[in-house]
Amino acid sequence: MKSGGVRNGTRAAITAPHLRTDRWWLAPAMTAAGLLAFVVYSTWRAFSNTDYYAAPYVSPFYSPCLAENCEPMRNGPNWEVFGSWWGLSPALIVLIFPLGFRLTCYYYRKAYYRGFWASPPACAVAEPHKKYSGETRFPLILQNIHRYFFYAAVPVAGILTYDTVLSFRDEHYAWGHMGLGTLVFVVNIVLIWAYTLSCHSCRHIIGGKLKHFSKHPVRYRAWQLVGRLNDRHMLLAWASLVSVALADFYVYLVASGAFDDPTFF
Amino acid sequence: MSSYEARFKVWRGDVAGGGLEDFGIEVNDGEVVLDIIHRIQATQAPDLAVRWNCKAGKCGSCSAEINGRPRLLCMTRMSVFMREETITVTPLRAFPVIRDLVTDVGFNYAKAREVPAFVPPDGLGPGEYRMMQEDVDRSQEFRKCIECFLCQDTCHVVRDHEENKTAFAGPRFLMRVAELDMHPLDAAEESGLDRKKTAQDEHGLGYCNITKCCTEVCPESIKITDNALIPLKERAVDRKYDPLVWLGSKIRRRPSGPA
Repeated sequence: MKSGGVRNGTRAAITAPHLRTDRWWLAPAMTAAGLLAFVVYSTWRAFSNTDYYAAPYVSPFYSPCLAENCEPMRNGPNWEVFGSWWGLSPALIVLIFPLGFRLTCYYYRKAYYRGFWASPPACAVAEPHKKYSGETRFPLILQNIHRYFFYAAVPVAGILTYDTVLSFRDEHYAWGHMGLGTLVFVVNIVLIWAYTLSCHSCRHIIGGKLKHFSKHPVRYRAWQLVGRLNDRHMLLAWASLVSVALADFYVYLVASGAFDDPTFF
Repeated sequence: MSSYEARFKVWRGDVAGGGLEDFGIEVNDGEVVLDIIHRIQATQAPDLAVRWNCKAGKCGSCSAEINGRPRLLCMTRMSVFMREETITVTPLRAFPVIRDLVTDVGFNYAKAREVPAFVPPDGLGPGEYRMMQEDVDRSQEFRKCIECFLCQDTCHVVRDHEENKTAFAGPRFLMRVAELDMHPLDAAEESGLDRKKTAQDEHGLGYCNITKCCTEVCPESIKITDNALIPLKERAVDRKYDPLVWLGSKIRRRPSGPA
C-alpha cells in the first residue's frame, strides 16, 4: 500500500487536507497557549529558589523540600534527604513526580499531541507528519509507565494535604487560625486530590482490571465513584493546574512582601 | 412549513478521479442531509451514488463527511447549518472510493476477522450462561456499536497513514477486543489466548495516541477512548510493563487472569 493519507491514490480525489469550516484550530491553540503559560511560569518559579515560604504557607512547588538548602519550615515537610551537596533549587527534586504524572496523563497526552505536535491538530484535519508510529516506540512507549507516576503522585498529594493542615496556623505557628492563603490551599488540595483520583490508571487499579465486578462489590463501588470523577478528568486537569499555580503565586506574593495575607480568624 | 434553497457541494467521481459538484436545492423544515441528497438524486443527478438504509441512525450505512466532519447523513439535521452556508458532502476520506459518496469499507471487515471470537466456557451449554448485570454493563456499552465506521474514518492513525492499515485494527476493533476481554464468560485466557497482550502485539493498540476523535464522532455516544481503549491500554500494561503485577501473580502462584 502506498502512503499519502487522505490524498492516497485510491481515495476520493480531494486536494484540500481538510474541509472543516468551523474554528477547529481554536481548541488546540488555546490548549497550547495554556500549557505553554504554565510551563513558563513553573520553570521560572522552580528555578528561582526564592520566596517559596511565608509562615505558615509553603509553595506546593517546594513541598516536600528535601535538601539542606531549604528554608526552615517549622513542622513542615522539609527533610534533608539530599543533604548539602544539592546546590540547585530544591523544587527540582520533587517536581519531577507531579510533572511526570501530568506528562504521561491520558488527558494531557491528548492535549499536547493535538496542541503541540498536531498529531492530529483536530479530528479529520490531516496531520503534517509523513510517518507515524504512535506510542509503539521509544520514547513514547514510556507513556505506559503512567501508573508509576500515579503511585508517586499519591504521597505528594498527601504531603500537600499536610501543608494545608499546617496552613490553619498563623505566622507565629499558633493553631486555630485561617487566612485567605488557607482558603487557597484548601481549594487547591481538593482539586489536586480530585484530579489524582480521577486518573485513568487509578480507575483501572481500583477496579477496572477486574473481570467480575459481582465478586468484588466494594471495589466495584469504588470503581463507579472514580468513574464519575474520571468523566471530568479534563476539567479537573485544568482546574488543578491553575489552582496549583495560583497557590504558588499566592505564596510568592506573601513571601516577597507584595501582599499581606488577610486573616479571617 | 418554510423552505429555502440551499447550496450544496457534493463530491462526484470514482477511483479514477472526480471533484465537487455544485447544486442549488430546496430544503424544508425538519429535513436531514440525507433527505437533501435524495432530492438531488431525484431531481438533478439520478446517477448519484449514496449508500443508505434505515434513515434512523441504526444501520450505519450512510456515513459520509459533511463540511469535513465524519457524520451520518441521516442524523445530521439541516437546521444545524446557517441558511446561507454552502454544505459540502464528500465520501469517507480514509477508505478507497467506489463511486460518488460510496466507499469500499472492506478494510473494516478484514480487521473484524482478525479478532478471535468469543471463547465459550467449558462445561456450559447453550442456555446455561448466567451473568450478573454489573459484569456485562461494560461490554454492553460497546454492543451499541452500529458499525458505521466513522471512528475508523476519523482515526488519524489510518486516515493520514495508509501504511498503518496493516498493523492497526482501529478503534472499532480494539473496542471489540476490550468487549471480549471484559466479558465475564469469555474463556480466551483459559484457552491460551491473552487478549490483553495481543491487543498490543497483533492489533496495534500502541498506535493509538488517545486523541479521542473516535469518541467525538460516535453517533451512539459510546465512550470509546475512556471506556475501551484506555482500559485496554492499562490491561496491556498489566501484562507487559508492570513488574509488580507480574510478581504478584507469581507469588500467588496463579496466572494474572480473571479476578
